[in-house]
Amino acid sequence: MFAYTIRRVISGILLLVVMSVVTFYLFYASSSTPERFACGPKCTPTQLDTTKRALGYDEPTIVQWGKFAKGFVAGREFPDDEKLRKAAPEQVVECPRGCLGYSYGYSKPVNTLIKDKLPISVSLAISAFVIWIAGGVLLGITAALFKGRLIDKAIVGLSLLAFAFPTFFIGLLLLKFVAIRWGIVELPKYSDFTDNPFLWVSGLILPAITLALVYMAGYIRMTRAFVLETMSEDYIRTARAKGLTRRVVIGKHTLRAVLTPLVTLSGLDLAGLLGGAIITETVFNFNGVGKLSFTAVQRYDLPLIVGIVLLLASFVIVANIVVDLLYAVIDPRVRLG
Amino acid sequence: MTAPEQAGATAGTMEFGRPAAQDDPYLVVENLTVQFPTHDGIVQAVTDLSYTVRSGQTLGIVGESGSGKSVSSMAVLGLHNPQSTRLSGSIRVGGTEVIGADQQTLRSLRGNDAAMIFQDPLTALHPFYAVGKQIAEAARMHNDISKAEARRRAIDMLDRVGIPQASSRVDDYPHQFSGGMRQRAMIAMALVNNPQLLIADEPTTALDVTVQAQILDLLQDLQQEYGSAIVMITHDLGVIAEVADDVLVMYGGRAVETGPTKAILTLPEMPYTWGLLSSVPDITGATDVRLIPIPGTPPSLLNPPTGCSFHPRCPHVDKVPGELCRTTLPELTQATHPGHRKRCHLVNPDEIYLKEVLPEAAPDLIDEETGELIPELQVQLEEIQQETHDHPTKAPGRSAPRGGDHVRADPEKP
Ligand SMILES: Nc1ncnc2c1ncn2[C@@H]1O[C@H](COP(=O)(O)OP(=O)(O)OP(=O)(O)O)[C@@H](O)[C@H]1O
Ligand code: SF4
Ligand SMILES: [Mg+2]
Repeated sequence: MFAYTIRRVISGILLLVVMSVVTFYLFYASSSTPERFACGPKCTPTQLDTTKRALGYDEPTIVQWGKFAKGFVAGREFPDDEKLRKAAPEQVVECPRGCLGYSYGYSKPVNTLIKDKLPISVSLAISAFVIWIAGGVLLGITAALFKGRLIDKAIVGLSLLAFAFPTFFIGLLLLKFVAIRWGIVELPKYSDFTDNPFLWVSGLILPAITLALVYMAGYIRMTRAFVLETMSEDYIRTARAKGLTRRVVIGKHTLRAVLTPLVTLSGLDLAGLLGGAIITETVFNFNGVGKLSFTAVQRYDLPLIVGIVLLLASFVIVANIVVDLLYAVIDPRVRLG
Repeated sequence: MTAPEQAGATAGTMEFGRPAAQDDPYLVVENLTVQFPTHDGIVQAVTDLSYTVRSGQTLGIVGESGSGKSVSSMAVLGLHNPQSTRLSGSIRVGGTEVIGADQQTLRSLRGNDAAMIFQDPLTALHPFYAVGKQIAEAARMHNDISKAEARRRAIDMLDRVGIPQASSRVDDYPHQFSGGMRQRAMIAMALVNNPQLLIADEPTTALDVTVQAQILDLLQDLQQEYGSAIVMITHDLGVIAEVADDVLVMYGGRAVETGPTKAILTLPEMPYTWGLLSSVPDITGATDVRLIPIPGTPPSLLNPPTGCSFHPRCPHVDKVPGELCRTTLPELTQATHPGHRKRCHLVNPDEIYLKEVLPEAAPDLIDEETGELIPELQVQLEEIQQETHDHPTKAPGRSAPRGGDHVRADPEKP
């Protein structure tokens, strides 16, 4: 298992390297004048030229990638052009090892930006995850156990409804009624967990529910299907034929089998969400990675785009490894190697 | 659903006048009907089926795929989903009515008094639990024992069914077992609580001949030891010949021929059984018996044929006068031999079997020169005729309930 993990981590890193090259070529090589977006609409040709050299856009794409890689491994300094750094040493920004680039849109290193926003998106994703897994699995099982009865139809119908309504609509609805009109919870606002865990929770609750609902709808239907499918398996019949109680047959034998696909799917879904939920963040005015990436694309802030893309990719890669390891723990038939 | 169930229970009490005693059959199935309502209509999987099995005896159930063997046996453990199944009739296991019984009653029965070895050991074991754990679970469910004690019993049981190094294999998962070993593990699980009734649903299918023989021996040994009643479901008449005291032949969800194994295998009286026998090589001990598959397809259970459900495939329809085979369902009536019953309109089945069917299906059994049956078969026939002579007008059976369709898996008593 250890050797397997090491192998997977190494191949994950290689994959990230390849992805960084691909993103560089996709973004840097596709626009002829990326400096235009950085410099602004009223740029004189000289300013444009300076910006271009400050960002390093004057170099061939592969050289830019080389600098990016070097920056990640050993750190680098901005502006990129040495002459510019010499000319104004007081404006030089140090970007230490792990450097993902420098955003001229925000005039900050990409790392700093992400470090600021990531806790918000991660908090949102994790709290939504807890809600959607708890709700999805419980309701899915309930629906399966009452298959065809009113309670099943109600659960399936409501989940369909949650699935059909757009997230921004549900978010605004919750914001307007639950928070503003009825004042049941306070206006959503992000506070740091370490500052005040209680405020962290109460500020997150509405956005988390909003984000969770659409996932929950999917998980209700999946869990219901998995449970029903498993209950018709021969080994469940065997369990019943042994005289086990319904609680053991369902709570142990059935759920044990349902757990496997759920772990896989939810792990990957969570990974996808860690990098931000643009709509939910926008509705509740949470400045997370989702909003950051949105702005980055709007402004054609290439270093920021590349940095976020690679961050998301590494989340997904890590989640894949974790899910595969978990799989081997859960399912005795799976052998790693 | 409750009405027939109550009727059955009452009939039972009136019949015996006392709770089930040692002498009564351990399993009594009476007028069992199992139907599945589906989108296409009602699947009539089992219709009006009755049989009994005594402790220490083995009833073999044969019939082609889809004839209702598994469905009727699952009903014995009450395993059908009550919401999607229509059940009627009566099933009593050790005197306890199963049809309509509450979950509590069923649970204390299942895996304890009555256990089942399921058809497909590949899918019947939980893939995520160690084999020993699954066996121990059955032991702990019905006995107040510690985990360690249950594990010890599981190892013991695996050892007894012939799993090598049972004490280490006990922690293996089903996928680490071979097909034969899984079959044994299923048997170990079924036997761990020494059930009074064991239903074995094709326990040897898909196993090679050696393993098959070992498993049959194992079941017989265990039966000797615990005196259990066994219902052995199989496609294989060879297995029946080896282990069964009585035979029940099913066709399209009904009993079509029943009786003591020897009588059924030597002198069957129903054309479907003839077909079955002809399609199995070497049933009477003769070599080189031709394999003649039964032509045609099994009957539809959604729209069963009118009259005798075998009539579309039966080569002997013409020997019955008029349209009787096509219009009228034959009753399960007394055959030549006592305790032997068949569902067929033919009036002279013995003659047809010996003169027409046997010579074609098993030419080896006929002496070429004289045209007579070979001596071994003669002896068997005479034995059967002797028994017939001894009990000429034997009634359907002392403990047989009303309603004619009845098989008894018990030794013929004078
Ligand atoms: N839950 C169900 N719903 C609808 N039809 C069913 C159901 N269970 C069984 N059947 C049908 O009942 C019939 C009898 O099935 P059963 O499993 O008893 O056959 P079998 O004699 O055991 O055959 P095999 O030798 O293949 O095991 C089949 O036609 C089957 O399709
Ligand atoms: S009743 Fe008629 S159709 Fe049915 S088995 Fe007998 S001869 Fe054949
Ligand atoms: Mg079957």
